[in-house]
Amino acid sequence: MADVGILATTKAAEQVAPRALAGPSGPRPKRRFSRGNIIVYGTLFIVALYYALPLYVMIVTSLKGMPEIQMGNIFAPPMEITFEPWVKAWSEACTGINCDGLSRGFWNSVNILIPSLIISIAIASINGYALSMWKFKGSEVFFSILMIGAFIPYQVMLYPIVIMLREVGLYGSLSGLVLVHVAFGMPINTLLFRNYFASIPEELFKAARVDGAGFWSIFFRIIMPMSLPIFVVALIIQVTGIWNDFLFGVTYISSPDRYPMTVQLNNIVNSVQGVKEYNVNMAATLLTGLVPLVIYFVSGKLFVRGIAAGAVKG
Amino acid sequence: MINSVEIKNLDLEFGAVKVLQDLNLDIHKGEFLVLLGSSGCGKSTLLNCIAGLLDVSDGQIWIEGKNVTWEAPSDRGIGMVFQSYALYPQMTVKGNLSFGLKNAKMPKAEIEKRVQRAADVLQIHPLLDRKPGALSGGQRQRVAIGRALVRDVDVFLFDEPLSNLDAKLRADLRVELKRLHQQLENTMIYVTHDQIEAMTLADRIAIMKGGSIMQLGSPDEIYNRPQNLYVADFIGSPSMNFIEGDFDGASFKSGDMNMEMVGYSYAGSTPDACKATIGIRPEHVITGELAAGAPQKFTTMVDLVEPMGSDTLVYATLDGKMFRIRMDGQAKVAPGQSLPIGIDPSRASLFDTKTERRL
Repeated sequence: MADVGILATTKAAEQVAPRALAGPSGPRPKRRFSRGNIIVYGTLFIVALYYALPLYVMIVTSLKGMPEIQMGNIFAPPMEITFEPWVKAWSEACTGINCDGLSRGFWNSVNILIPSLIISIAIASINGYALSMWKFKGSEVFFSILMIGAFIPYQVMLYPIVIMLREVGLYGSLSGLVLVHVAFGMPINTLLFRNYFASIPEELFKAARVDGAGFWSIFFRIIMPMSLPIFVVALIIQVTGIWNDFLFGVTYISSPDRYPMTVQLNNIVNSVQGVKEYNVNMAATLLTGLVPLVIYFVSGKLFVRGIAAGAVKG
Repeated sequence: MINSVEIKNLDLEFGAVKVLQDLNLDIHKGEFLVLLGSSGCGKSTLLNCIAGLLDVSDGQIWIEGKNVTWEAPSDRGIGMVFQSYALYPQMTVKGNLSFGLKNAKMPKAEIEKRVQRAADVLQIHPLLDRKPGALSGGQRQRVAIGRALVRDVDVFLFDEPLSNLDAKLRADLRVELKRLHQQLENTMIYVTHDQIEAMTLADRIAIMKGGSIMQLGSPDEIYNRPQNLYVADFIGSPSMNFIEGDFDGASFKSGDMNMEMVGYSYAGSTPDACKATIGIRPEHVITGELAAGAPQKFTTMVDLVEPMGSDTLVYATLDGKMFRIRMDGQAKVAPGQSLPIGIDPSRASLFDTKTERRL
């Protein structure tokens, strides 16, 4: 009986032209202005506005002249756009005895950032690689100790490190600060790399060993080319962390000549002589924040991919 | 006969867990040996020990007459193919094939020659400049085999190489692997949990359980003369029917059933009376018109019928217990029907119930 039924339907489908269907068919229609949509997008808009407002005020103020600022309307767009505050912030603003603006701090920060970045990422990636792929006796204990390091508040270690740096003759110098940044960046970055590398299939590592590749060869030829996203994540974390650092800079640098940009910004903004130049302060702040901002914009996409990959597999 | 791989008194322990125990295995030159077992039996571990990817706790491994127990994987003269292919994703197929040779500091011309030869054998010429991400599963596995091939080694190790492929592709690649073995005549050690792969590919099969080898023999021996209950139960699908009873020195009795063991060839001399288990493969049950002429005749009741096209699997009751019978695909059977069957004792297997060994 069943056979007959199947035969009949097949025949019908062959012969009959497209049928007119009554009732709902095809994709369900969506309304653009439903109540749900208005609430969702409305909330998003208000929150975004709330978040973006301070940035707007800063940009607008930094483009105004002092007389205009003194009139009071902080939300009003500049009547006359001037870039003078930016120039002044970069090359003329005074901090104590120096009057060559933020540029000095900028180059100090660059000189701190570049070596810290390279050394800390190099060490952390190799650490993570060794801890995930070449497990040795006690490697888990070693990793746990490293992790404890990540959770000790910085303040506890501030003074002991001053003494240690003084003893090795690095206190007050840029190299001393680089050393501190490398040490403090290591636990979190090691964790990051280890978890990412742990998600690489073990068989790949075995295959490379059968192919005669050693510790460094596997790292540089197999693992590193596969791990670009996590290197970008580490790069972003380190750039923002080191660039925005204030505490270490003010503690371990002894001379205003060598202060990083953040410390110098603080000194400009807090200088008590004369009139407070809000426009210069705003411009100086924006200039200081520019480096991490650029890094975010350039590598944001890779950053998200790296974080997501770590979250799913790690 | 020269042995290609010799495993001598091998032990492997992870902490307190003994994964391999006092394992001895000689693999002949040019032999295709399959290590077969369910998951966790230690077959992959053994393969990793042979490859040198795991350090052994005790014992020795010899490859081509050389003690390689302490050698690095790349110095052992082996090539390995993994289940997940393990191709280097950022390199082209050509880069994958030549990576090991570059590490061995081989001259460029020789590398090129070997890559071309492997590509010829595996017919992967059009794929050489592609990256693994742009290949299908079967193509990837072929490249993985090629990576072992270019090393020009004596021993190939396969770790479940076909398990990630779909059924049809698996069957195709199985045939190709067999052809490759006939062509190259290398020693191949192949780990799988798939008994069809084991039966079709192997010269000899080693069935493993709990870190030791239960039986080592040709597929024919393993199938027809399993040495113990575990092997008898493991090999064959649907699996063997087992009936427990008593053996009195000449016939097997269980309940109302009495089977004279005429024509059965015992493992040693005819054993004494003991508790015994008889094993009969569903496909060795004689049905239809031939049943009347069989040496031993019984009647069963049909409970359930599974038609599979090529043949029909019948679940019947014999002496109050379930009994599987494989019949011709065209056979007409229905549940509730009584089905006369015949059994030939010469094709059955008799085991001592206590020791689980073949009688």
